Amino acid sequence: MKKIILLNIFFFSFFTVAVKSAEKGGMPQLDPEFWVSQIFWLTITFGTLFLVLSKFILPRISKNLEQRRLQILENIETAEKQREQSEKNLKEFDEIILKSKNKAKEVMIAAREKVVSEITKKKMKLDEDLNSEIQNVEKEIIELKLSSPKKINSIASNITNEVIKKLIGTDVNESSVSALVEQELKKLNRSTNGI
Amino acid sequence: MAANPMYQFNVYRIGPEIKIGEIDLSFTNASLFMVISSLAILIIFNLGAQKRNIIPDKIQLLSELSYTFVSKMISDTAGSKAKPYFSFIFSLFMFVLFCNMFGMIPYSFTVTSHIIVTFVLAAFIFIGVTIIGFIKHGFGYLKLFVPSGVPAILLPLIVVIEIISYLSRPISLSVRLFANMMAGHTMMKVFGGFVVSLGIVGGWLPLSFSVALTGLEILVAFLQAYVFAILTCIYLNDALNLHH
Repeated sequence: MKKIILLNIFFFSFFTVAVKSAEKGGMPQLDPEFWVSQIFWLTITFGTLFLVLSKFILPRISKNLEQRRLQILENIETAEKQREQSEKNLKEFDEIILKSKNKAKEVMIAAREKVVSEITKKKMKLDEDLNSEIQNVEKEIIELKLSSPKKINSIASNITNEVIKKLIGTDVNESSVSALVEQELKKLNRSTNGI
Repeated sequence: MAANPMYQFNVYRIGPEIKIGEIDLSFTNASLFMVISSLAILIIFNLGAQKRNIIPDKIQLLSELSYTFVSKMISDTAGSKAKPYFSFIFSLFMFVLFCNMFGMIPYSFTVTSHIIVTFVLAAFIFIGVTIIGFIKHGFGYLKLFVPSGVPAILLPLIVVIEIISYLSRPISLSVRLFANMMAGHTMMKVFGGFVVSLGIVGGWLPLSFSVALTGLEILVAFLQAYVFAILTCIYLNDALNLHH
């Protein structure tokens, strides 16, 4: 019994000390004077904070982040596309260069052939001309050869006539003179041929 | 006045006394710092959200990094189902963090060093999580108290322990934050008092200690806000994805 009373006194004193210290400012947190005020203002400030953040600010931040993500994806896509396009262009460029090289070669070959054929044509024409000229000249020579004895004959008879005229002083029958000259020439020819 | 390390936790009225009936709703220094913290959060994040640069500047980066940080924390601990509660957990984390950090300014007031504030937050979370659990799973949410794979003989004991641990959640959550804040600030005050009492001869040791403690307290301020938020996520995870 005594023990219980003592214990009670001990605990009672402990509690009163605790309460008193709280009242005096031992632990201001345990002083309930402003508890309701704190709860009230906490509700107002935190409530406002939550509402404004969730309704206005956080959606905008999340939108920004999403937009950036999309933008980056889009940029990567366009970069990929442009890379492909440029590769394609490079291929086309190579093809065009190859084609034009081939064409240039063809043009060169054609030009060379043309020149060569022209040269040969001209050469052939020249050859023909030369040939015809040579033939003409040969013909002339042959004609001359053929006509020269007659002329020589006439010249000889004329000269003979003249000589006779000078020697004798009279005209001699031309036909007889020419016959004489022919006879002599024939003799000469025969003797020269005979040798 | 300054000698008492508990003096910094005093709440006093600022401005006129506001009374509705018997209830005192006066604006106090605690209310002032709640308003300051909330306003600071709103201003910083509003500035960050207004800019829409592809390459963010500093303030935009700050808000976006905070966003992704909290978002990752939630998805890591509570999964994708917790997405609708993102705004609440973000506000909670930022509010506790800013209150803690503003408390680190000399002569300021630490809102979270008051048990009533942390308890109201924790109780709100506790009640909210319990309601969410019952809405999602009906009475199946009570299976939370019956872990699977426990021998039948031990079951009554385990259920009692589980219920007690569940009910003590708001208390542990609130007391953790409150006690950390109060202890840290009291310790800093005590060491500050040592500097004064030991004077120019012996005061250097507690002064250097005080500097180190300030760094530690800033770390604790961040850590406790993080712990508060992540425990909320874990409780939410219990309510959303019933694992037991």
